[in-house]
Amino acid sequence: MTGAPAAIGLDVGSTTCKAALVDGEGRLLARRLEPSDPRVEAQGERLLAELRREAGRDLPVGATGYGRKRVRASRILTEITCHARGAFSSTGKPGVLVDVGGQDAKVVRIGPAGEVLDFAMNDKCAAGSGRFLEVILARLQVPLDDVARQVALAAGAVPVSSTCTVFAESEVISLVAEGEPLEGILRGLHQSLASRVAAMARGFLPEEGGEVFLSGGVALNGAMVSALRGALGRAIRVLPEPQLVGALGAALSVLSPQA
Amino acid sequence: MILRRLQYELAGRLAGPVVLSLDAWQRERRRRGRSADPGPFGPPLESVRRLRELMSLHYLRGRYADGAVPVAWVTSGFPVEILRPLGFHAVYPENHAAMCGVQRLVPGLSLAVEEEGYSRDLCSYARTDLGSLVTGRTPAGRLPRPDLLACCTNICQTVLYWYRSLAERLRVPLVLVDTPFVYGEAKPHHLRYVRDQLEELVRVAERVSGRRSDPEELAEVTRLSKEGARLWGECLAASRSRPAPWTGIDGFFHMAPIVALRGTEECNAYYRMLRDELRDRARRGVGGIREERHRLLWDNLPVWFAVRDLSRLLAERGFNFVCTSYTNAWAEAGAKVDPADPLGSAARAYTHVILNQDLPNRLDILRRLVRDYQCDGAVLHSDRSCKPYSIGQVDLKDRLSRELGVRAMLLEADHSDPRAYAAEQGENRLQAFMESFG
Repeated sequence: MTGAPAAIGLDVGSTTCKAALVDGEGRLLARRLEPSDPRVEAQGERLLAELRREAGRDLPVGATGYGRKRVRASRILTEITCHARGAFSSTGKPGVLVDVGGQDAKVVRIGPAGEVLDFAMNDKCAAGSGRFLEVILARLQVPLDDVARQVALAAGAVPVSSTCTVFAESEVISLVAEGEPLEGILRGLHQSLASRVAAMARGFLPEEGGEVFLSGGVALNGAMVSALRGALGRAIRVLPEPQLVGALGAALSVLSPQA
Repeated sequence: MILRRLQYELAGRLAGPVVLSLDAWQRERRRRGRSADPGPFGPPLESVRRLRELMSLHYLRGRYADGAVPVAWVTSGFPVEILRPLGFHAVYPENHAAMCGVQRLVPGLSLAVEEEGYSRDLCSYARTDLGSLVTGRTPAGRLPRPDLLACCTNICQTVLYWYRSLAERLRVPLVLVDTPFVYGEAKPHHLRYVRDQLEELVRVAERVSGRRSDPEELAEVTRLSKEGARLWGECLAASRSRPAPWTGIDGFFHMAPIVALRGTEECNAYYRMLRDELRDRARRGVGGIREERHRLLWDNLPVWFAVRDLSRLLAERGFNFVCTSYTNAWAEAGAKVDPADPLGSAARAYTHVILNQDLPNRLDILRRLVRDYQCDGAVLHSDRSCKPYSIGQVDLKDRLSRELGVRAMLLEADHSDPRAYAAEQGENRLQAFMESFG
């Protein structure tokens, strides 16, 4: 059961632009998700207009993501705060959130009230992000929706040592040329990415137990989820609508502006 | 020689003040033409004008120093007290490089030596200094050629190779004071080892300057240095008040005299004036920022080229850096020198500077600052150029959070090379950090 539309959250990311329409309880009523357009203002306005039309009235907007300052919103917050809020609204408990987006990977330690206790992000280099996989999979001509199947077929992982996207691309090409199996290379790639993200997350985890929540586009890739589970040695819980967690958090920030 | 000396003296006593008055008059006119709104900051410090005069005069005099008086290029942590009584004009390449950093001149200067094969991973101060030497470009007009290079390894090992390169290029003597790294407390034989080097330094400096070191003059400079450190410490301590009467970023600029003019009366006179102004502001409740909501500690050198942007970003949300481990270091080290034993105490003081101490000592300093200045957060600048300062910061951050309950974050940047700083990411991180305070 859902209530009347109450707020819109907009997450203008580096790769995709996400919008969420929620009711007064923060339940998702409608969504939009499309590749980011360099003309951020126009895209943001269009998505907002669409959701307003669906809602049948004007609504307050919370914005987040790299393009957040370029859209008209009643509240503007960073992705860290919004992802923590969005995650907490669906889990209702403290924990460690790993969000692997298009350009950055972030780890947020969420407190018992859903507050941000600590966070870390990759810096300067986008190797630990979704773009890393996208670039290399495109080079290998492997469609994203077939990756998990292929990785599952691998007999073992072929190590990919480079964590730089550009160097890894040439390394992978050499591996293919040397006759290494494609499935093994794909598994190695996922392990390489997972180990980078895990290195950031490990410091935030309790010594034993503790659940890790996963959001961002990469969470839709089953191979990545199992690689991360392997790297962290913890249970991984993929959040519902993982790409919309930031937009959801932005909408919630308008409903109850505590932060 | 006599003519040079005359120029040197005139620059300090006559030409300097005239040029500076003209400059001050022009600034005042420009200021009146603009809006007087200081934004999220409190009213500007009156002492700033005097600071500008003092440092401009220092650099103006420097233009005419070579050939007039002996000139030494020294590292920031060098026991300069020993050189001053011999009449040396001390030039601080690090201070000059910071000036280049503020003016965003570093990429251009650095490229000149990167082309020679110096890696971009080297300290940006070293690259700036060598680049300035190679190209002859400097915002100071001209830096005097040194007669002596004076290098102390208490701040890093890079200075050793940097100054060796200078010695090779300039063909002047290099004196090295090697300070063993301190775990806990320095051992007596470590201090003896440093002291022996200081005695050797006296002999070399006497030879270069052609003068004999006078024990009374050395004691007097040491006294001035100690007093300067105390006064600087009192300026910093004014920020224990709520609100802090100035910002930590102001402190970065106002530390120039304690670095470059340490051991002189003009340095101390300046800090007396600044201290009185800060205490007066504290009494009247005038803050460095308009609305102080949160008090932060800053660790490491500043990000010179972005310092104002970062300061504004924070001030707009009521965050002020009320203390920094870097500015504090200049108050702590100098306090240990003793006019009754200039060489022995200098050996102790300069061996125990923050960068020459182990992580537990550094953690103690940060803990103390957080408590004394009632900080509720800390930003640790992971400085790509300054490895000794940046190593261990992940642990320091965790310990501060865990033990003192302060929120802490690492900011990856560089003290003077903007090419090593991703502004969008850095500011995004700071914003997330501020949001986490609720």
